[in-house]
Formats: sequence, C-alpha cells, structure tokens
Amino acid sequence: MNKIFPRIPSGCAISGIMNKKGHRFSGNDIIKSIALMHDRSNGLGGGFAAYGIYPDYPDHYAFHVFYDSLANRINTEEFINDHFDVDMSEPIHTRKVRSINNPPLIWRYFVRPGQNKLISSELTEEEYVVRCVMRVNSCFEGAYIFSSGKNMGAFKGVGYPEDIGDFYCLEKYDGYIWTAHGRFPTNTPGWWGGAHPFTLLDWSIVHNGEISSYGANARFLEMFGYKCTLQTDTEAITYIFDYLMRKQGLPLEMAVATVAAPLWKEIDRMDQDKKELLKALRAVFGNLLMNGPFSIILGTKNGIVALNDRIKLRNMVAATKGDFLYLASEESAIREVCSDPEHVWVPKGGEPVIGLLEGVDNI
Amino acid sequence: MIKTIDAKGIYYKQLNDKILQAAEEGADKIVLENVNGQRYIGTRVDRPVEIEVKGVPGNDLGAYMNGSTIVVRDNGQDAIGNTMNAGKIVIHGHAGDVLGYAMRGGKLFIKGDVGYRVGIHMKEYQELIPKMVIGGCAGNFLGEYMAGGILVILGLNRKPEEPIAGDYLGTGMHGGVIYVRGEVDKTMLGKEVSVFELDETDNKKLDELLHEYCNDLGIDYEEVRKEKFVKLIPVSHRPYGNLYVNC
Repeated sequence: MNKIFPRIPSGCAISGIMNKKGHRFSGNDIIKSIALMHDRSNGLGGGFAAYGIYPDYPDHYAFHVFYDSLANRINTEEFINDHFDVDMSEPIHTRKVRSINNPPLIWRYFVRPGQNKLISSELTEEEYVVRCVMRVNSCFEGAYIFSSGKNMGAFKGVGYPEDIGDFYCLEKYDGYIWTAHGRFPTNTPGWWGGAHPFTLLDWSIVHNGEISSYGANARFLEMFGYKCTLQTDTEAITYIFDYLMRKQGLPLEMAVATVAAPLWKEIDRMDQDKKELLKALRAVFGNLLMNGPFSIILGTKNGIVALNDRIKLRNMVAATKGDFLYLASEESAIREVCSDPEHVWVPKGGEPVIGLLEGVDNI
Repeated sequence: MIKTIDAKGIYYKQLNDKILQAAEEGADKIVLENVNGQRYIGTRVDRPVEIEVKGVPGNDLGAYMNGSTIVVRDNGQDAIGNTMNAGKIVIHGHAGDVLGYAMRGGKLFIKGDVGYRVGIHMKEYQELIPKMVIGGCAGNFLGEYMAGGILVILGLNRKPEEPIAGDYLGTGMHGGVIYVRGEVDKTMLGKEVSVFELDETDNKKLDELLHEYCNDLGIDYEEVRKEKFVKLIPVSHRPYGNLYVNC
C-alpha cells in the first residue's frame, strides 16, 4: 500500500441505488449491478459506499483504516486513541477470495472526538474529525483512513468490484444507499488506497473520468487545509463538495453550478439575476470548476446526486421504480437488478439527478 | 430458418460466437432472448441475417456491421452502428451517446431520444450513403464533423420549449445533409452550417426514407409529415482541403 503515485486518471464504471424511504437492503443488488459492467474495469480497483449500515453506532464516526503493517497500526492507534474516545475497534471481517491478493490490514473504529481535545481545538466537531483524518493520511506512514462518516462506510481495494464485494462480505450489510465503482486506471498501478469511493465525513464520490483541472483544484483546496495526499483526481472532488457545501454552506444547485458551470455562451442567454449569480460563482470559486470528462455519484446521508461534465463526455443513465432510484454508467446495469423500471432517462451534461430521502430538503 | 438463443448470463464473447455459429449453420433469423448489456452484437456476422434482440443490448451494437439487420425491441446503449458499413439497425426505444460514429453505409433508425455526439463523422462515397433517422430529440454535437450521409431528426415527443437538438448542431460539418422537422434555433448551430428550404430532390429522398422508418417502427407517416422540415448543409466545401497540400 504505497501512497506515492503521481496521477490516477481512470475510465470506469459507476452505479448507485437508493431507497427514498430509507428502507435498508443488502449489498447483493449493487454487486450484481456493477458486476454487469465488468468489462469497464480491469481488476485494478473496486469499491462501494453504503449508508445506514451501522444502526448500533449511529452517532459515532466509523473509521475504516488500511495499514501496511502491525507497526503502522500501533503507531496510528496511538494518535487515534489520543484524539478520540474509541468505543469499539475490530478488524473488518473479510473472506478469502481467489483474485484478491495481499490485502493490507483493514480495521474499523467507532469513535467520538475526545471532549478535552475538541474543546481546546476551538473547532467544530466535523472540522476536528477532518483535520485528524488529514493528519493521519498525510503524516502517518502505511496508514490511510479511507472512511470517516457516521452510520456509513466505504469498502474498497484492488480487484474487480464484484470480488471486492465478496471479499468484504457486503451481502451481510444493509444500507438505504449503495454506490459502487469498477476501476480502469490507465497510467498508474492500482493500489488499495487509490480505489474508489473517496470519502470524507459523510461525503462519498465514485467517479468515471479524468479531472484535467486537478492541479488547479488541489492548489485551491490546500489553502483550506485539505491535503490531497493520494494524488488522485477523485479525492479532490470529494473535498470540493465538502468545502462548498459543509464549509461554505452553498446549496447543492450552486455547488453543481460551480463544478460544472454552464459555458459562458449559455450564461449570456440567462436573465440578469441568474447571470450575475453565475458570474459571481465563477469569479469566487473559479478554481473549483472541474474540467475534463466525468460522471460522478455523490453520496451523503441524505441522498445521492449524479452529475456529468458539461459536455457529457461520460455516460450516465437514471431510472426509478417505486421508492428506488437507480443510476449507472449503462442502462443494462440498472436492468440487471430492476428489469421493469417505471421511468428511464439519460440526464444531460451538467444537469444533476438528485435523489433525496423523504422528509429531507437538502443533500 | 429461425434460431433462438437465450442470452441470459452469457458473456458477450460466447454470445457472439453462438450468433456466428447460427449464421454459419444457415439461420436467416436469429432471436436473442434475455439480452442485457452484451456488447458487439452482430459485429462479426459476415452474411446478411436478421437479428432480433429482446432486452437491452450492450455498447457497440452492430459495430462494423456489413449487411445484417438488427431489430431491438427495447432501449439501446452507446455507440450503436459504430463505423457500420451496410445493413440496418432499428431501435424501438431510446438510445445513448455516439450513435453511428463514422458510419459509412446502412441505416440506423431510433424511435426515441438519443444522447450526445450522435452521427459524428458520418461519411459517404458514391452510392454508399449512410442514413440515420431519430424519432425523438438529440443532445449536443449532433452531426459534428459530418462528412456525408443523411441524418433526420423528428422530435416527435418534444415538449414545448425543448430544443429538438442540443448545442453545437452540425459543428465542423463539411458534407452530407441534416433534415430537421420544425424550427432550428440558430444560436445553437455550428458556424459551418446554414438552414435551407427543402427542394424537390430533398423531399423525394426524405419521403422514401421516412416511409421506411415509419413502416418499421409503426409511426403514422402523415403525422410526421404534417410539420415542415428544414435542411442543414455545410456552407463550405472541404474547408481544410488546402491545409497541407494545394489541390
């Protein structure tokens, strides 16, 4: 599990399923859906994000951590114990899968920020958690916290996504939102930390594409304490949404209009108020515009958002049936788990598909 | 001879082997049941056969196809008819992005909407003229870099205010023709094309194509013809012809 790789663009498969009423279902369907798109990935990365899986610890931050060695774990646990009250720690249960080789040590901790440390830090609880995660991921050798939200978790590694799902025994977890990713890294080796999803607090991102604005985006984020240590474009997307929506408090529509801003030609056609708003967004957050081809699914505890780049250089299909919303790179990946959807559509570039849980008014 | 193949859970390579084998054994029509996501269906068949697809076929349906007919009873995905040479593909639902890319012959009929970059770089040579008819609306870059062939867009299910095709329509186009049913928003046109009225030759070509399209998809021809069509053609001829060599 080496953190030192220069750049990880990818051409991949993504899929997402949510139940709008918050009813939980096992990981079987999301595995079947992403497995159908097997040929979009090449066995160098697969992963899942699941929401609602830890009802016994709804108010704890669930840390999922990769370690290269026992020594790395002991070293990092000292930091975690020092900064958090750890109410439960355990190796994440995995099963042997023929195609999954040399996994790191994979641990899970249910934690709450240590009150004394939190108060003396004068930070909000979430900011405190973010800074601790950044600290571990940038300063602790052989350790990587790859999931840090409440009542949710990421499960990822090197392998085809269906094998990764089997490895983590995801059929035993029940969640109300599942997203998945199959990876096809094109010019760097796959490694456990480089697999999707990329998460921070409750945010998770699975991404098909390549963010050519990564350098500009990462430089901007670094000014606000985000450390892009994994050197992957997708990591930056997760932090962009955390920055715009958690720290700046922008509503989703404006966050979307920042990362997938309408072209100037389209802005010129808008009415005066909207034109001014969009110009202001581009002036203030221009460095967070995401250029290059992408289709992403953003997951949060409140719902999911699918988004394409403005000129739609990656594919995405959406469908609904009853309380379920389905998203995938290919329609067949939806039909594999929902053979007769009520409504199937192909979203346009830059136009988000927003799935909110019932009773929630923002993502 | 009709041959039926159950495609459920079969990997695309094996499915395409079975199709090829059926064609070699003399099947004139091959019915594929329970298709879901298998790619390249119809690609390797080198004898004209009819393939009926039940389910959603995977990407590159009929890529490089040379004379067969494929009828899909459901929706299609991306890159249908990629570099197709001859034959016909009929999709009874909607379809995805990059349809008919570099198509150089044959016909592609879609009943519903299509995605982005449809018909880009279609080309023609003498009597080899590719033809595509889209029943619904299209995303951006329809007919981009088109170098030949006939592309028809009908917008039959169009909602009020919805553009029939997205932005950059016909950008970089330098050959062929696009027939649009209804009005075209000129701000969305590529700067290499202009809007013209149809002449008698256009109407004759369009009539023939639309009769076949409506017949294949069970659409009322008279209804389609009620609205006026306009044509988009490039205003320059081989704009880059003298870029490297003078000719």
